[in-house]
Amino acid sequence: MRILAYGVAGWLILAGAYGMVRSRNLVHVTVCLSVAQSGTYVLLLAIGYQWGAPAPVFSPGSPIKLPVVDSVVQSLAFTDIVVSATVTALLLALAIQIHKTHRTLDPDELQSLKG
Amino acid sequence: MSRRARQAVFGTGAAVLAVLFALAAAGLPPFGGDQHPYRDRAVAAALHQATANVVASLTFDLRGLDTLGEEMILLGSVVGAVALLRPRPDEKPHADDKTSRPQQDAVALISYVFLPLTLLLGFDLLVHGHLTPGGGFQGGVVLATGLHLLYLSGGYDALRRLRPLAWYEWVEGLTTAAFALAGTANLVNFLPHGRVQQLFSAGTVPILNILVGFAVGAGAVVLLAQFLTQAITLEGEG
Repeated sequence: MRILAYGVAGWLILAGAYGMVRSRNLVHVTVCLSVAQSGTYVLLLAIGYQWGAPAPVFSPGSPIKLPVVDSVVQSLAFTDIVVSATVTALLLALAIQIHKTHRTLDPDELQSLKG
Repeated sequence: MSRRARQAVFGTGAAVLAVLFALAAAGLPPFGGDQHPYRDRAVAAALHQATANVVASLTFDLRGLDTLGEEMILLGSVVGAVALLRPRPDEKPHADDKTSRPQQDAVALISYVFLPLTLLLGFDLLVHGHLTPGGGFQGGVVLATGLHLLYLSGGYDALRRLRPLAWYEWVEGLTTAAFALAGTANLVNFLPHGRVQQLFSAGTVPILNILVGFAVGAGAVVLLAQFLTQAITLEGEG
């Protein structure tokens, strides 16, 4: 169990990167990048986890007491997700423009620079 | 570089990364343990500021400057997408709008029912971001999603008529500017903190939450509008 969460994080990063390397479609590359980024969320949340501890949100009516899971890495994961979403939007916009200019989304056919 | 060579290069790099990652993971504190020194300090700081949602306290109070940077990344991405997706000179909007096709009744009905509910949920997430899970970023995305239910129910025309895009651009700009002003003025959590778990507590956290919520919501609307324009109304020559 100790290894599993970190292993999943590393596997997601490598699987996403491998998908990007052998991709034949730029939209697929963007999705693979999202998969690789999910690995960083899993890694952050795994570092902050504590067995039996609830979420670090003391909603009205719930007791205010430790332990809770680590809120610092949750906040970092949250920033990570927002940045990932914005990067995805930009990459998809680029894919649209590349398709308009080159009539293809296959990265292997984008070898030559065109004006 | 051929595909085979590229995969070989990747394989080498991935193997090295996997080994280094495994070594690093082996040196981490055990999974699920009770040693979280940053957690202890962050929870103490959040309770000192009377913020029930410790993550919100971290995001908008302790790491407020980081969130300002995040907000700037969001603004940069919206500006970048608008610049990338602006219509080219040879692209004209359709003469006949192919989106006026009849919608399926069930889809339209459910969208009309969920439109007000989703907007309400979005505002609820914004206002209670310092008390319950949620906050500005989540609430803003829910608001933008709710607005786009109009597209499912009434089609693109309905969305375009009820969504004056210029307003959203202004909201995005002004709320981001307000957030940036608060950040550059070295603003600390100066408002009265109130009592923890009350609606009026946590000082500036709920205000920043609402500002960010409007910025994110407006940003998402502007962003999606560019993609919808590309997909629906533009007709390229070549």
